Amino acid sequence: MVDRKTVEYIANLSKIETSEEESYFLSTQLSKILDYIDKLKELDVKDVKPIRHFYLKNNVYREDVVENYNLNKEILKNSPKSLENFFKIPNVL
Amino acid sequence: MGNINLINLSGFEIAKNIRENLITSKEVYQFFYNRIKELDSKLNSFIEVYEEAERKPDGDSQLKGLPIAIKDNICIKGKKITCASKILANHISVYDATVIKKLKEAGLKIIGTTNMDEFAFGSSTENSCYFTTKNPWNTKKVPGGSSGGSAAAVALRLVPFALGSDTGGSIRQPASFCGVVGFKPTYGLVSRYGLIAFASSLDQIGPITTNFIDCAYLLNIISGKDKNDSTSADIEKIDFTKYLNEDIKGLKIGIPKEYFKEGLDKEIKESLKEVIEVFKKNGAIILDINLPHTEYAVATYYILASSEASSNLARYDGIKYGFRKEEDSLSKLYTSTRRDGFGLEAKRRIFLGTFSLSSGYYDAYYLRALKVRTLIRLDFENAFKEVDAILTPTSPTPAFDIGEKIDDPLSMYLSDIYTIPANLAGLPAVSFPCGFTKNNLPIGAQLIGKEFCDGILIRLGFSYQCKTDYHKRIPEL
Repeated sequence: MVDRKTVEYIANLSKIETSEEESYFLSTQLSKILDYIDKLKELDVKDVKPIRHFYLKNNVYREDVVENYNLNKEILKNSPKSLENFFKIPNVL
Repeated sequence: MGNINLINLSGFEIAKNIRENLITSKEVYQFFYNRIKELDSKLNSFIEVYEEAERKPDGDSQLKGLPIAIKDNICIKGKKITCASKILANHISVYDATVIKKLKEAGLKIIGTTNMDEFAFGSSTENSCYFTTKNPWNTKKVPGGSSGGSAAAVALRLVPFALGSDTGGSIRQPASFCGVVGFKPTYGLVSRYGLIAFASSLDQIGPITTNFIDCAYLLNIISGKDKNDSTSADIEKIDFTKYLNEDIKGLKIGIPKEYFKEGLDKEIKESLKEVIEVFKKNGAIILDINLPHTEYAVATYYILASSEASSNLARYDGIKYGFRKEEDSLSKLYTSTRRDGFGLEAKRRIFLGTFSLSSGYYDAYYLRALKVRTLIRLDFENAFKEVDAILTPTSPTPAFDIGEKIDDPLSMYLSDIYTIPANLAGLPAVSFPCGFTKNNLPIGAQLIGKEFCDGILIRLGFSYQCKTDYHKRIPEL
């Protein structure tokens, strides 16, 4: 059961503002989904290893070499607000 | 362009006509462009259509000169990409995804971007921030999702083929609803560089085509190791066209009883029996097998996919991309931007994922799901000791009504019950048309293969299509 308080807690972690009405709605829906997911508790998984990856046996490494893509302008153009070579945000102080 | 009827030709045949100078690449492009302009208002399968390809294709391949449509979550340099989400509104890709680079190098032309569920969250395209795509066989029905735009466009021959992405069935389920071939490659066969991430351990890009010949040629173009995707597999390049071989004598096909239980539509069940008969006649050996953990796949998937999504979608904060809700404080800017920018299904999944990963719930949900994923994988490993491929229905029902499941997320999730296991196990799987219901809706069959044995699925599918003509039917609007 996911109560409204839990939804508000998750909303805060997710950085999504949620109205009271929406929290109520989502708590009902998430509870229903989690009730279904509780099916997984039927299984004994004590000795099962979790899967991280299938065919990659080792980590993948590469040389740490800088490549210059020269895309600053295009990237900044996609930002809702920028100034010179920077993303612009509200005052934080 | 004289007497060539492009609608009834495969992409491969159209490209052959171009090579033999019976038609030009420009005429082909114009033909499909006009067809989209004439018919897509009835389907809404495209988000953007490009009037002309930017430049003459300089590369070469057996598909040179053909147009292709791209799902709106794959980056095309200089073009708008939104994942059908308000939060990415008007975002312009600054680079080409590896698959796009490869398509251009093979001489193909991108004709436009296709509709999808927001960030690929859904099975109907109803979660798009733009509009719902309609099923070309019956416009009251959904085309499936999330690659519903790509599947609907290919079914109506608005384009010879398209690319989609598949995290839990997003290529195969719409392919089955629309009567086309949708292929999800082995995880790692195709680079994900430039595919906007939903669930990184499950996502794969794949082709949506009308037949297995085009499917094999497209896989040849888009597959291969990529230094920009460290999870792309470092294996020898496979030529999938050498699997376009009718002979399937002695190949063993497993039928898992768990996929034919209660909940499967009767007409689909009957249709699958006919598919089995065709494979038998072509020389395959049919065996009963068990995949005992199948019933846990949907629950496992929704924990893992949502957890990965909640993490991947953290980057949409109103600073770097698309939509921003202006506020006085930075913290309020984040929360308001994400409140207004994400649709309801995206919020549901971010919440579910954040919950599963949060302190106190991690072991009970996320870690447990990872362990069940192992059990599901082991089911397949055991089955593949005996068989070369597994045959199942793609979806428990044919296309459902628009609006039918949108308010009941769990019932929507369960429509992917047969497609999800292949993603969890990292295996190749394909849906192909195998019949029609009495209401004239397409039925899809699914083949699942061993890791990196994608070619076997091409061979089986090609052999099936040599004996049947369901894939040649075109919806009349």
